[in-house]
Amino acid sequence: MNTIITSKIIITVLIPMVTALLVMISGKKPNLRDSWSTIGAILTFVSILTFLPVIQGGDQLQYTLFELYPGVSVKLNLDPLGVIFAMVASFLWILASLYCVGYMRGLDEHAQTRFYVCYAVSVGAAMGAAFAGNLFTLYLFYEIVSIFTYPLVMHHQDKEGYAGAKKYIVYLMFTSKAFLLPAMVIIYVLCGTLDFNSASIAHGIFPPDADRFVVGIAYVLCLFGFAKAGIMPFHNWLPDAMVAPTPVSALLHAVVVVKVGVFSICRVMLSVFGTDILAETGLGLLTAYFVSFTILTASVIALTKTNLKARLAYSTVSQLSYIVLGVAMLTPNSITGGLIHIANHAFAKITLFFAAGCIFVASGKKDISEMGGLAKRMPWTMAAFGLASLGMIGVPPVGGFVTKWYLALGTIDIHNWILLSVLLISSLLNAGYFVPVVLKAFFGKPLPADEGLTSSLEGKPLIMFMVIPLVITGAISVLIGVYPNLFLDLINLMVKS
Amino acid sequence: MENYLILNTLNYPILSMLLILPVVGAIVAMFLRGDTVLKVWGLLVTLVTALISIPLWTRFDQTTAKYQFAELRHWFPALDLDFVLGVDGISVLLVLLTTLVMPLCILCSWTYIKTRWKEFVIVTLLMETAMLGVFVSLNTVLFYIFWEGMLVPMYLIIAIWGGARKDYAAIKFFLYTFTGSIFLLVAIIAMYITTGTFFIPELMAHSYSFAFQVWIFLACAIGFAIKMPMFPFHTWLPAAHVEAPVAGSVILASILLKMGGYGFLRFCLPMAPAATLYFVPLLIGMSLISIIVGGYLALGQSDIKKLIAYSSVGHMGFVTLGIFLLNDAGIKGAMLQMLNHGVTTGALFILIGIIYERTHSREIGDNSKLGMFMPIYVTFLGIFSLSSLAFPGTNSFVSEFLVLFGAFDKYPLVGAVSILGAVLAAAYMLRLLQKMVWDDSDGHVPHGEHAEERKRILFDCNYREIFQLGFLTIFVFWIGLHPTPLLDMLDSTVAHLLHQIDAGSILPEAAQNGESHALLENAGTWIKNLF
Repeated sequence: MNTIITSKIIITVLIPMVTALLVMISGKKPNLRDSWSTIGAILTFVSILTFLPVIQGGDQLQYTLFELYPGVSVKLNLDPLGVIFAMVASFLWILASLYCVGYMRGLDEHAQTRFYVCYAVSVGAAMGAAFAGNLFTLYLFYEIVSIFTYPLVMHHQDKEGYAGAKKYIVYLMFTSKAFLLPAMVIIYVLCGTLDFNSASIAHGIFPPDADRFVVGIAYVLCLFGFAKAGIMPFHNWLPDAMVAPTPVSALLHAVVVVKVGVFSICRVMLSVFGTDILAETGLGLLTAYFVSFTILTASVIALTKTNLKARLAYSTVSQLSYIVLGVAMLTPNSITGGLIHIANHAFAKITLFFAAGCIFVASGKKDISEMGGLAKRMPWTMAAFGLASLGMIGVPPVGGFVTKWYLALGTIDIHNWILLSVLLISSLLNAGYFVPVVLKAFFGKPLPADEGLTSSLEGKPLIMFMVIPLVITGAISVLIGVYPNLFLDLINLMVKS
Repeated sequence: MENYLILNTLNYPILSMLLILPVVGAIVAMFLRGDTVLKVWGLLVTLVTALISIPLWTRFDQTTAKYQFAELRHWFPALDLDFVLGVDGISVLLVLLTTLVMPLCILCSWTYIKTRWKEFVIVTLLMETAMLGVFVSLNTVLFYIFWEGMLVPMYLIIAIWGGARKDYAAIKFFLYTFTGSIFLLVAIIAMYITTGTFFIPELMAHSYSFAFQVWIFLACAIGFAIKMPMFPFHTWLPAAHVEAPVAGSVILASILLKMGGYGFLRFCLPMAPAATLYFVPLLIGMSLISIIVGGYLALGQSDIKKLIAYSSVGHMGFVTLGIFLLNDAGIKGAMLQMLNHGVTTGALFILIGIIYERTHSREIGDNSKLGMFMPIYVTFLGIFSLSSLAFPGTNSFVSEFLVLFGAFDKYPLVGAVSILGAVLAAAYMLRLLQKMVWDDSDGHVPHGEHAEERKRILFDCNYREIFQLGFLTIFVFWIGLHPTPLLDMLDSTVAHLLHQIDAGSILPEAAQNGESHALLENAGTWIKNLF
């Protein structure tokens, strides 16, 4: 593996920030403003694609912007894990920016300029987190995401919006200040540097004689510090953040924000602590059991929710923990399963949220009980919804199956029947809360008020802006199930090292 | 004496000029007429002073712990008293902070101060001389003259241009800080009697008995702890901040509070190293209480100025914590924290001044929902609030991280407790930010008579205001992302200071081995000798 020093990788982080500026300047011209978002998203994605061959060749790109003190700097380093997350997030941003046009205009939302500015900065900061070359840079971008998604959560500026946003910022800021900050200081005290060990996932950065107890404390602080990952007991902000407009719930609270959290945890586990220390101290397995609780509990809570977005939110909490579970089992198979779920979950869940938002804009329905027979009026939307649900459940050939396959292999590798049964039970629970929605939409009886209405709800041009992206994401979630090699190869580069 | 100094090699006496220029400016101001002329004159003098101080930054020699740009003039031969000026890594940064902030103090008063501009300019310029004098004096008498010299102008700034309860606040400020200084004077005289010199580097080099050190330490520490202010000596600060005019608050927060930290580093640590080690637990305990109590009280304030004042108590707690960790990271962090607090809190007070000029209220409730009317103002408010809560990438993060690093390195438990202060800082600043920017506004431009009135008074920042805030914003990010030059300037001086403490720390073991009541006995005879 070679490390190539190049300032080019700043571009990927800068494009979304520049996009935000352009959006701000052209706030008075909605068409120009909205096209900036899409152009920015496309350019971001393209810039990552240009780096992809280098990463696939086994090399890494690196650039240091500022050095604060020895070992603490703002440093970007692109490796396979980062490129997966950055690629998925920036690709989905393209579709989400189209979807936003339909949603925000369809509902005639206020303060759209502020919305697009914060949206772009959040994605840019997520790119920064994906590219982070050390813990400080990761923390920096992690916090920027927190601050700039706050206005998005309270977007409606009503009582619920403010309450949800308050909870959001209190959870995220409290955990990062109370846990992450001391964790970072402790790691700096022990190691004298915050730079990731991006050469190997086995060794981490700790000196061999580091006190294992202190290392353990730092690890637990990190695990709870990244509350964006939604691991219980710090998951409660996520369902309340669903008061935000649906494009926010879709891109940010299913892909960007929560994935920044999970990505950070994976990054810290693999590049700071390393699988050797986690295995030696038993922290890996402990984490696996701990997140198993989240997987099961969140699924059970999801069963009880009748609001579609709330159910999706709890499903997200549950699914995110799969990723951590996979990495925590510390075998090549399980890590593969965990990391590939970053992509699989992203495509499937964004489809589900897109569909929920589309249903709301087109028909005004939020509750599952009102959605009987809806598939007749919104066939494309509900078909994509159905496919994505299968992905969440883990039915082949949708992407989610690949995840569960590798995760199950991982549990067998370590001969852990408890974790295997967690996987199986949770899959049943996934089916339990997704299948009824799909069945209801396709075969259920419509509400008396909707009886006899058969006209399509998907025909309007603005609705098309929403339907097309969600059909694309739905299709891709199948595609990456059939052909997962792009991601598998990248993960292999990491796991092999 | 020359061993400690590197005499000034510039072709003009830079430090004396810094002291004299504002005084000359004040004298000239006496003969000027017209508010505008006086404003421009005040700005001009402070700007020229700032420009003159630039070589202190560019020509500073980082490789030595000696006092640089030094000037030595015989002054009072009977007492062997010389007029000695000089700066090292610690004081040079505070001098630069002072010359940097003073022009902003004139600028932010431009429309805020409406009466007695002549007196205002005179008093502010005298204040500048006094503050610079404290930082550059290398002689305890000179130091004390400037130290007390600050009190009168500051008293006048609060008592003349202050708010409704200005008399109460001014008297309280005066009495508190004056009480502290008396003890300082006693310590200075006692050290002179023991050593026969007023020259600070020689006083540092002298080795005192442990008992003497304890008394010196206590006498100095009370004065400095009041100035900081540390809990439980902090109660003058909120009163003074709330009633002071905006320039007064800025001077108070940005520079005056740093006097305490500077005093600890200049007097307590090097002159009484053994006593310092002896009192470390007490001082660290007080620092932790300051951090937490300051943050907790800030959380409950509805007056914006009070909130920032209590937050200062918390921030200054990080400074004393860093100082008394007695390690490299801690002291450097403390120094940077002082600078950063100067920049950030100064800016926050300027921001409060701006909004007070518009709404004539300091209550959060009267100044809420500004996002709709004042986007530029709100942007700056966001930047400086985040800086104040030590957001990564901003200046305060750098210093807070260093102090925390020093703490976790030496006393992990202390570090863990001080984290609470960081959490509280996030809580009260985000609360302030939320309430001022949005509160519970519904996102629609309000209409009706009241709304028209709001729209009329809540006009956004003008160029003068944008300039002040923009200027300080540069420092927020510069120090936040590239603090190396500042840390390099501190390197030699801090290393030297730590060496002084190490060298002087042989004593306490002797004291611990001996009976502890010997300490008091010694102190008793010492006091008898004194009279």
